[in-house]
Amino acid sequence: MTALLDAPPDPILARRAEIRQIAAASVKRRRVSSAITLGVCQAFLVIALVPLVAVIAYVVAKGLPAWNSAFFTETTATDGVKNAIIGTVVIGAIATVVAIPFGLAAGLFLAESDGRVAGTVRFVADVMTGVPSITIGIFGYIAIVSTTKQYSGFAGAFAIGMIMLPVIMRAGETAFRGVPPTLNEAGLALGARKATIARRVVLPSALPGIITGVLLAVARGLGETAPLLLTILGSDFVHWNPTKPMNALPLVIYNNTNQPDPSVVQIAWGAALLLMAVVLVLNIGSRVTAAVLQKEKR
Amino acid sequence: MNQELGTTGTGGARRRPLLALPNTGYKVLLAAAAALFAALVLWFLVAMVSKSRPAFSSLGVSFVWGRTWDPNTNQYGLLPFILGTLETTVIAMLLAVPIGLGCALSLGYLVHRRVKTVLSTAVELLAAVPSVVYGLWGLIVIAPYMRTDIEPFLSSVFGWTGLFNGPDGGVGILLAGVILFIMVLPTMVAISRDVLVAVPHDQVEGAMALGATRGQVFRKVVLPGARTGLFGAFSLATGRALGETVAVALVIGNSNYIAHSIKSGGGTLASLIVNNFGEASGTELAVLFAAGLVLLVIVAAVNIIARRLVRRTARSGATSVAVA
Repeated sequence: MTALLDAPPDPILARRAEIRQIAAASVKRRRVSSAITLGVCQAFLVIALVPLVAVIAYVVAKGLPAWNSAFFTETTATDGVKNAIIGTVVIGAIATVVAIPFGLAAGLFLAESDGRVAGTVRFVADVMTGVPSITIGIFGYIAIVSTTKQYSGFAGAFAIGMIMLPVIMRAGETAFRGVPPTLNEAGLALGARKATIARRVVLPSALPGIITGVLLAVARGLGETAPLLLTILGSDFVHWNPTKPMNALPLVIYNNTNQPDPSVVQIAWGAALLLMAVVLVLNIGSRVTAAVLQKEKR
Repeated sequence: MNQELGTTGTGGARRRPLLALPNTGYKVLLAAAAALFAALVLWFLVAMVSKSRPAFSSLGVSFVWGRTWDPNTNQYGLLPFILGTLETTVIAMLLAVPIGLGCALSLGYLVHRRVKTVLSTAVELLAAVPSVVYGLWGLIVIAPYMRTDIEPFLSSVFGWTGLFNGPDGGVGILLAGVILFIMVLPTMVAISRDVLVAVPHDQVEGAMALGATRGQVFRKVVLPGARTGLFGAFSLATGRALGETVAVALVIGNSNYIAHSIKSGGGTLASLIVNNFGEASGTELAVLFAAGLVLLVIVAAVNIIARRLVRRTARSGATSVAVA
């Protein structure tokens, strides 16, 4: 016993103890810093949720009381937004009807070609998705309003379509590229023309992706305000004629927000709820359709 | 449906389908669509440049960095608005980058799977909320709180920095930055989460197997591995913040002077255009077009720089992996 105590300390054991101590300290330090990192991440998640939930909650709470019968049947001259709803529908419809076939054709071109030209067009489309919408509004003003000397629904639809176009192109390209090349080759082997293959094979196979992309583009287009401010001017009359100045829901929200009269601001909340509901329905709709079509394909 | 494939091309008896083009016609049609798009974009650029040229020819290029905006004396300095654009975007991104990354990491790796599905969908839906709605909410709901609670608090704590001088107005550059932050946050989170989750699992598991804590895995494996995509998310969010118009115009307090503190009112290039467009004509209209052109140049520069950075880091990342 005494001999054991008197013996010089084993250097290996001492070194081992030292290492164990260092390791324990390191683990402790790393655990603490890890806990801090994870805690900060989760705290940020909570911080981020507060304003985002608050926006939705306020719009619903303040918008629902604004939804009375006058809101849907009267014009912006009085207590309603009927003309703005019609304007949003007309402008959205024109922009969508033009942008979809145009965008899908250009997207199919991008999907089928890998050359320098296609690369440039792809780059331009990417840059255009990030271009500020106000500058597209200026373009709409220069191209349509100042050449026709008339603010009009068409000018708004032109600007909105221009915003939707690159989104549809890139979404379409991605969807078309997802179609297995074997399907294409099978069609060619059967002697079908390329156009036929595109219409009967590629388009149906890429449909889930296309629908998602298109609905997202439409949702984005309908919510745009700045381009409309420079192109459609606003109007208090109920009409379906896109060659004249029109009103639209985003415009009503923008114009009514900065007003002292609370009843005017309430109409803005109602319009915000309506616009948000439409956009969210389109968004959720695109997900559901994509999921259903995906399931059907299997 | 596929059985009919062979007959549609040759079957003359059938109704001639809309797209039964010969192969060259089909190719021409698609190329024409792409060419038309390119032509539209070219027209867009040419229109922006040619319509803003009267401003440059009558005022000289120097109005772009002029400090005074006063249409009555024919002074159209854009500097206050260029600074306002950059200030609001910097505030927004200073908040959005850390908070967005924290959210994205939490959503990607920390929260329970069911919570994750719900929150991720919610975040993607929020990204689609029209920006004017954020402006409405910011002006009506947040601006009063800002004036009575948040700004006095910030002034008392950070007053020494000189950033918070002046009266508490509620609306102003700070509120515009905060609203932009809330507006770009869903975009930032949704894209970064996708990118962070795409980091190869074997790298994450390898680090874990070596004894790394989750915090270390985040800092040393996930974030560096997702660098390229994170740049993309950042540049997209920055582009949206720089170019946002209506939300900013509602909450920035619209002043034509260079802001002396972030609490004071200001303006951005976009809000300048939308506020003055109705009454502008002649030189002023050309100046507003020129403001749009300057905005376009700033956004394009951010976009292209980010793209370059992405390409460079992607290349160096690839070589470092190859060396390792």
